[in-house]
Amino acid sequence: MRRLALVVLAVFAATYAFAQTADKRRSGYADMDASVQKMQDDDTANPAMLWVQEGEALWGKPVGSANLACADCHTPARLGGMAGVAARYPAWSPALGRAIDLEGRLQLCRTLHQKGPALADESRELLALTAFVARQSRGQPVASPDDRRLDATLRSGETLYKRRQGQLNLSCAQCHDDNAGQKLAAVTIPQAHPTAYPLYRLEWQALGSLKRRLRNCLIGVRAEPYPYSAPEYVALELYLAKRAQGMKVEAPGVRP
Amino acid sequence: MRAWPLLAVALLACPVPSHADEELRSFLIVGDAIPDTLTGKPGDAARGRTVVATRQQGLCLLCHSGPFPEERFQGNLAPSLAGAGGRWSEAQLRLRLVDAQRLNPDTIMPPYYKVSGLQRVAPAFAGKTLLSAEQIEDVVAYLATLKD
Repeated sequence: MRRLALVVLAVFAATYAFAQTADKRRSGYADMDASVQKMQDDDTANPAMLWVQEGEALWGKPVGSANLACADCHTPARLGGMAGVAARYPAWSPALGRAIDLEGRLQLCRTLHQKGPALADESRELLALTAFVARQSRGQPVASPDDRRLDATLRSGETLYKRRQGQLNLSCAQCHDDNAGQKLAAVTIPQAHPTAYPLYRLEWQALGSLKRRLRNCLIGVRAEPYPYSAPEYVALELYLAKRAQGMKVEAPGVRP
Repeated sequence: MRAWPLLAVALLACPVPSHADEELRSFLIVGDAIPDTLTGKPGDAARGRTVVATRQQGLCLLCHSGPFPEERFQGNLAPSLAGAGGRWSEAQLRLRLVDAQRLNPDTIMPPYYKVSGLQRVAPAFAGKTLLSAEQIEDVVAYLATLKD
């Protein structure tokens, strides 16, 4: 009898401990209709896979005055050769002396190694290459680097996230931390984890970057969006990546 | 009907009538209230209801629900507007609309009659209030009718 009581007590204690440490983080995926979840999960139905295929073709295409393809340096060239890379961005770039996101890394390779012109922000080619690389981290945990050189950028990202902005005078945190899971009109406010980017949004009818999404929020609170090249986006992206550390990469995702 | 996730966010950004042409009226805060109307005359409750229920104008129903059977998809980030007129006086409602942050520094209620102290306001909205003084009074008059 005493033994049973001990077992019951142990089970209760373990359950309690688990409940205390349970990860409350939740991807926006969990709040989607089953039909949209299915679209993301099925490569033959996920519209973002068109960009991935295009990215794969671009990966093998020589460009710039160096006449180098991405695949010439990054071997094996097949899908999977860049596994885990996207999960680590934004990361520190010694060449530039600042933090860069995955798009920034692709641009750097293009200008520095391939010696070609940078791609336009949010262009189809840049999104395609980003999607191709990000797809190879799908299922892996977000692994934002533990790198002291990123500290200042991370702090600035957190500050931006918590700063009220725009005519509506709202911060990211007020919706996505304090009111996540609540309804803004018909929409369930997500926790703002960046795990599915770049993603295909049915409303956009296109693939878009996390920057595009951040701009949507800024416009929503009637703040002036930063230009695409602004370091503020990288700082926010880094802060979001840290919050999502260990969550599964879903890229390229689908959202309504 | 599909609920587009960005629709609500996009609605927030819809163009609104400009309120920049009018000077910001001065007002006196007494306790947790603004006792006098901003316009010197009482507002029109019927017009106020339209402002509240029209998402592009008041934006109210993005966060609040209320007695608007014709409006689908009302938010739940903030208390229901039903009974607002029973909970607060017109003077209290006025300050809560004008600048709710004066009462609660952490509030998510946007300041509807304020142009200073805001950061990075988009050029299209810079120097403009969310609602005009007349609209504030109309909304106050309408909310005051929501006794239960």
